[in-house]
Amino acid sequence: MAIALVLVAVVAGSVLFHIFSPWWWTPIASNWSYIDDTLTITFWITGAVFAAVVLFMAYCVLRFRHREGITADYEPENKRLELRLTLATAVGVAAMLAPGLYVWSQFITVPAEATEVEVFAQQWQWSYRLPGEDGRLGTSESRLVSFENPLGVDPDDPAGQDDVIVEADDLHLPLDRPVKMLLRSIDVLHNFYVPEFRAKMDMVPGMVTYFWFTPTRTGEFEVLCAELCGVGHGFMRGIVMIDTEQDYQAWLQEQSTFAELSAPTQVGLAEPANP
Amino acid sequence: MSVILVFLLAIAGVATWWLLRQGLMSKPWLVVGEGVQQTTLPTPKIGLGVFLAVVGCLFALSASAYFMRMEYADWRSMPLPRLIWLNTAMLVLGSVLLQCAVAAVRSGDRDTLRLALASGAVAGVAFLVGQVLAWRELTASGYLVTANPANSFFYLITGLHGLHILGGLVALSRPLAGAWRGAPPARLRLSVELCATYWHFLLAVWAALLVLFTGWASELVDICRQLLT
Amino acid sequence: MVDVTPDGTRGVPQDGTTAVPPAEVADAELYHPHSYWTKYIFSQDAKVIAIQYSGTAIGIGLVALVLSWLMRMQLGFPGVLDFITPETYYQFMTMHGMIMVVYLLTALFLGGFGNYLIPLMVGARDMVFPYVNMLSYWIYMLAVLVLVASFFAPGGPTGAGWTLYPPQAILGGTPGGTSAGIVLMLVSLILFIIGFTMGGLNYVVTVLQGRARGMTLMRMPLTVWGIFTATVMALLAFPALFVASVMMLFDRLLGTSFFMPALVEMGEQLSYGGGSPIMFQHLFWFFGHPEVYIVALPAFGIVSDLISVHARKNIFGYRMMVWAIVIIGALSFVVWAHHMYVSGMHPYFGFFFATTTLIIAVPTALKVYNWVLTLWRGDIHLTLPMLFALAFIVTFVNGGLTGLFLGNVVVDVPLSDTMFVVAHFHMVMGVAPILVIFGAIYHWYPKITGRMLNEAMGQFHFWVTFLGAYLIFFPMHYVGLVGVPRRYPELGETVFIPDSVATLNAFISVTAFVVGFAQIVFLFNMIWSIRHGRDAGGNPWRATTLEWQTPQTPPAHGNWGKDLPVVYRWAYDYSVPGAPQDFIAQNDPGPRGAAPGPVPA
Repeated sequence: MAIALVLVAVVAGSVLFHIFSPWWWTPIASNWSYIDDTLTITFWITGAVFAAVVLFMAYCVLRFRHREGITADYEPENKRLELRLTLATAVGVAAMLAPGLYVWSQFITVPAEATEVEVFAQQWQWSYRLPGEDGRLGTSESRLVSFENPLGVDPDDPAGQDDVIVEADDLHLPLDRPVKMLLRSIDVLHNFYVPEFRAKMDMVPGMVTYFWFTPTRTGEFEVLCAELCGVGHGFMRGIVMIDTEQDYQAWLQEQSTFAELSAPTQVGLAEPANP
Repeated sequence: MSVILVFLLAIAGVATWWLLRQGLMSKPWLVVGEGVQQTTLPTPKIGLGVFLAVVGCLFALSASAYFMRMEYADWRSMPLPRLIWLNTAMLVLGSVLLQCAVAAVRSGDRDTLRLALASGAVAGVAFLVGQVLAWRELTASGYLVTANPANSFFYLITGLHGLHILGGLVALSRPLAGAWRGAPPARLRLSVELCATYWHFLLAVWAALLVLFTGWASELVDICRQLLT
Repeated sequence: MVDVTPDGTRGVPQDGTTAVPPAEVADAELYHPHSYWTKYIFSQDAKVIAIQYSGTAIGIGLVALVLSWLMRMQLGFPGVLDFITPETYYQFMTMHGMIMVVYLLTALFLGGFGNYLIPLMVGARDMVFPYVNMLSYWIYMLAVLVLVASFFAPGGPTGAGWTLYPPQAILGGTPGGTSAGIVLMLVSLILFIIGFTMGGLNYVVTVLQGRARGMTLMRMPLTVWGIFTATVMALLAFPALFVASVMMLFDRLLGTSFFMPALVEMGEQLSYGGGSPIMFQHLFWFFGHPEVYIVALPAFGIVSDLISVHARKNIFGYRMMVWAIVIIGALSFVVWAHHMYVSGMHPYFGFFFATTTLIIAVPTALKVYNWVLTLWRGDIHLTLPMLFALAFIVTFVNGGLTGLFLGNVVVDVPLSDTMFVVAHFHMVMGVAPILVIFGAIYHWYPKITGRMLNEAMGQFHFWVTFLGAYLIFFPMHYVGLVGVPRRYPELGETVFIPDSVATLNAFISVTAFVVGFAQIVFLFNMIWSIRHGRDAGGNPWRATTLEWQTPQTPPAHGNWGKDLPVVYRWAYDYSVPGAPQDFIAQNDPGPRGAAPGPVPA
């Protein structure tokens, strides 16, 4: 008896909690509102199924609870009913999967005009590298990482000389321009996660992963590491600023390129170190 | 992960074949009565079969990992020492001898049984010794376990295989001791058959591993890829 | 390798007219243990081994419960306990996860329930290889001891997360990474897998070979189907963890580079190079996803039987239920990479794995429908097992549905690695299976001890556990929606997380302490009722399945006394029209036989 009421209360409570809870996703700041839409569709479909199943159960418990002299029905199976339920489920599942796959294909198709930005992770800080005038990032390798060359940029690659290096500082990105985030780690797994952008991807040492997005609103956004990376994981934070074009250019002018950063130290070296 | 998926597909095939013969489509509530029974294979043989499926899984997964790791740039294949082929011969010999033991135990020929079991065990020991010598030869010529992933895999997988042979030798010691004490062949029959099956299986695994280590497998994969694209 | 019961026990003569099940053995004196040691410690009786497995699993599970309290203390009230640093937090988290998934749930469902129920439910005297079965438990025990030892090792246990992802699992930035912690963890897992394989062979082969006369596959209770399928899956999936563990041990101890790429740790170049962390993830989840169903399928099976018995109605759509179990078992081997959508693997895999993952939802949903349809027009007795079964359906449906969020590749992108994931898997493979375990203990305790568990304590335990667990994990989904990442010992100052999340976290923590306390009541009940419980009789729930038809309660060694049972019907003859009572036992020859059914005691 009590259980039937509690089951109804669980459904009612869950629905009310969903509607009135102050805890909801952060206002979006990227083009991935499609992801939010797919999520909303999923919420509606699953919420309806949850309510239906639990309320049906509550009704059964109330209506068919044990009373003296009552015997249960004998019904081993009902193939048509089971078949219909299977089909209905398949339709519901397809209704969630189809938009999901459609949006995924967009998610993994980077537009040609996207600018590349490298995110560089190490325990436990974020650095960044932006292509210079030539619009290309130079090659890089973990083996080249040293105190003088913290991002391991290949000094012999001419494309890398004008790369803008932002070491352990905030990243700025221009508004409304698609960016392809190239993700690189030199020690353990990390994950570049800005809740407002919705997108995220693991960073795996030894390979370069990526995702793309278009910032749609200016402001300051927090970067968190979303893949366990050791004791400092919870403190691996950073800032991404989405700027208007003017602000962005102003910021970019203040940054140093790889050539500028490595020039002073190379003065004292007669030969490049030979291992 | 293709190797393990193919392996599991084979297991799924066997499972489906077996399940289909179990009346999975019948309506059990309509049938009352004692019903018919079942397989006639002895339980230990079924047990061994299931165990070999698990062992097969282990090696299929190792092979999957081998292929995955092979794709990376630092992979340098390792030459196989000649000794490996002698070891292979020992393993084949062991298998043949144990099959002789099975024939002997079935016909009740005690002397042949003893001889076949003992020499089969010796062949097994010879294989293990040969493997250790092959390892030493490789390390002596600089193919250390850490030098390259191909080496690491070679030591890891041959090591796992060797441990299974060792376990097989422990199992083999039981019928061997029994035959030596003069137990009647009929009582030894099951355990001898089990040992022989286990040996054949490990020989098959070894053959598959050789295909892997010699690089024939990757050539085969390349050919398949070309056919697909 | 295999142990045959002594030859003298193969006593049933084969006259050629009736085929005798291969493992059918007569009860022989030779077979019974004589000393205290062989009877209770190094016992080969599956029922004793089951209790040993369950006791050990619950014991180590309590450690994991305390660890969860400590974590909740830190999350709800950061900084109050000053010994919880990030290091210890990660160690607690890792050990909590690993213990709960492997050492508690897997061991309890398969080692505990599997050992106790399989021989009794299929009408066997014991497992087919009792000696190997005993070894299985003791190796499991050793694995647990090695795990516990890591708490006392210098540097403490590993804090790499239960997924043990390299490279961090074996590097210095992770607790236990360069000390003994990770090594002991991997050794313990390897031991567990060896021990489990021994037990698993028994469970599978006993179902294949040990069934009583007349017990066809389609007459088996769904509990046996669930445990059987889960064991087959575990036997095939655990080798993946075995291989991954051995390879990681090589990387850690010998310096190979199976999983380790070229690394710069804290400014220092390490000697590793070329390996692939993603390869570990593939191997790990090739085990890890079937593992979810290894826990879920026994729960599915058991809950089917609980609902059927206590609603006095045959399980609705038995055949579909069996097929669904088999199909789910098979499909669960081709969905593993849905744990890796944002791992950096090839993005095209996302299409394949999202599709297979959502397909698996169909047979799972069908099972849920059949459970609730069994209630329809039933004669529902709201006993404790039934209450737990109902609570299971609520939490499982909830957790299963949030699985559709995470399985659908693009929806997973914002939610992965947030508290939403934590809430989801706790609901679906933490709370739901554990509610089934409780229901199953309330259901079978009378058979194991001969006494009923105390009802009042049971009601308290049920309401606090069910509602409390729901109050813990339902709101937690919303913490994840806000964007709070998992595996953060504290949130600190953030731009986007409102302060109210801290209040919610404190509420969740307090609820967790209360729910944890209710489990102490349950443990007390289990001990108290051994002496003080109401006498149960042989078949208190008036159930049809064979374990309730044993000549003695608790069943003696050998289970069936002189004669093995013969099975005449399926496991779900409840409320059959025209029958004298509302159930007909499986070994009841029925009206045609005219012989009175055996009387259980």
